[in-house]
Amino acid sequence: MSKQITIPFGPQHPVLPEPLHLDLVLEDEKVVDVVPTIGYVHRGLEKLVEKREYTEYVYIAERICGICSFIHSQTYVQGIEQIMGLEVPERAQFLRTIWGEYSRLHSHLLWLGCFADSMGFESLFMNSWRLREHILDDLEATTGGRVIQGVCKVGGVRKDIAPEKLDEMLKGLKGLEHELHDLTNVFLHDSSVKNRLRGIGKLSSEDAYYLGAVGPTARGSGIAIDIRETGYGAFGKINFKPVVEHDGDCYARCAVRANEMFGSIDIIEQCIKKIPDGPVDMKVTGAPDGEYFSRAEQPRGEVIHYIKGNGKKNLVRHRVRTPTFTNIPPLVTLLKGCELADVPVIVLTIDPCIGCAER
Amino acid sequence: MTIFQMTKTVLKSLFSRPATLMYPAKPAKKTANTRGHVEIDPAKCITCRMCQRKCPTQAICVEVKEKTWQIDQMRCVVCAVCVDACPTKCLTMDTQYRPAMTARGGLEKFTVAGPKKKEPAADAAKPADKPKE
Repeated sequence: MSKQITIPFGPQHPVLPEPLHLDLVLEDEKVVDVVPTIGYVHRGLEKLVEKREYTEYVYIAERICGICSFIHSQTYVQGIEQIMGLEVPERAQFLRTIWGEYSRLHSHLLWLGCFADSMGFESLFMNSWRLREHILDDLEATTGGRVIQGVCKVGGVRKDIAPEKLDEMLKGLKGLEHELHDLTNVFLHDSSVKNRLRGIGKLSSEDAYYLGAVGPTARGSGIAIDIRETGYGAFGKINFKPVVEHDGDCYARCAVRANEMFGSIDIIEQCIKKIPDGPVDMKVTGAPDGEYFSRAEQPRGEVIHYIKGNGKKNLVRHRVRTPTFTNIPPLVTLLKGCELADVPVIVLTIDPCIGCAER
Repeated sequence: MTIFQMTKTVLKSLFSRPATLMYPAKPAKKTANTRGHVEIDPAKCITCRMCQRKCPTQAICVEVKEKTWQIDQMRCVVCAVCVDACPTKCLTMDTQYRPAMTARGGLEKFTVAGPKKKEPAADAAKPADKPKE
């Protein structure tokens, strides 16, 4: 047995956009053990719920994450609406679904860009982010914000999309789909990318299940879990299938995300065709009294918001279980036995969002 | 061939203009909905303090006696809740982002018109005529 050495990886590292610290225990070039540490960007947002009214807290819930911001606010307001027994107008549900899928698109494009960067494919990185800009433009035109949309509120949404704008978005997505085909073609079929990704960071479906992997990390290992299938928002009226790959390696997780983007475009198109007319919000009186576990599918996996109120304006407890937090145990398993040079690529494949994980 | 998948895109980018916008040399893209920063029309403000109550970050401070309206631009998260809450529509959302701050500060204080006077005392000089019909 050779001598073991420990290498600190992060919290500042070129491939990590956010501060995750890993202590890698190496034997020669092989990783034998990993000790993850988080806690660099804790902001105490969950405690803040006691100081803000439940209607104001929507904007704070949205700021838990800088990428899947919209879905955080959607999950939170869905929880409040369930406690209070509110029947949200159908148009608002469809609009939430459209914006949610837009955020999934821009999150996946951002991840594909970061991932290309982690394996040293700079022009692919730039092109992913160029396409992401079209999505952000549409989000800004319809909601007013690029990544922090701020359109969700308890009882509906704050902004409506005009029918002409919906048609324009539909046309824009058709053009984007064409360009996305060119982009994902490189990720899925280019031999240099394949050689870099195939066979490294294998996660078996049993491991993925027992370690609690969620989202594309689980779906890349052949577990078809997608919370969108529970039919929250307008997903009950939309036909879609979760994207599943069975290899469980880095390539499979990349393929899940690349193919999910086309699924998102399809969902948005169905929503725009089926969206009913009517109001987008309703008057809300009173305060939530009770507790609820609200679940939704974020770009990174399942998010759970636990909300407890006691009939006053301020909630008693708010707890968020974010997908990155649950994906850290699978990450530790993934890293054991890999080469040191593969660590950045493998860490990126769980799409770490530490701002989310620490709240 | 699986080696030259990227070539088409690279060649296309080579002969097209840069996709990057040279902000701040050129103004940022903006739409009618863009939330840039909050602006106030002091003549219309009636110091009702609705914006202060609704603000999720407590960035707004209204002094009723001194008739001032103050915003801390470093606290403001540009959510536009105050704009929606304002009964006299004196708050508006400007579409242009504020320039980056280079020093401490960000407090902006405005002297405002204050609540409308009682009917007999109200003179035509005050433009704050709309509220409280």
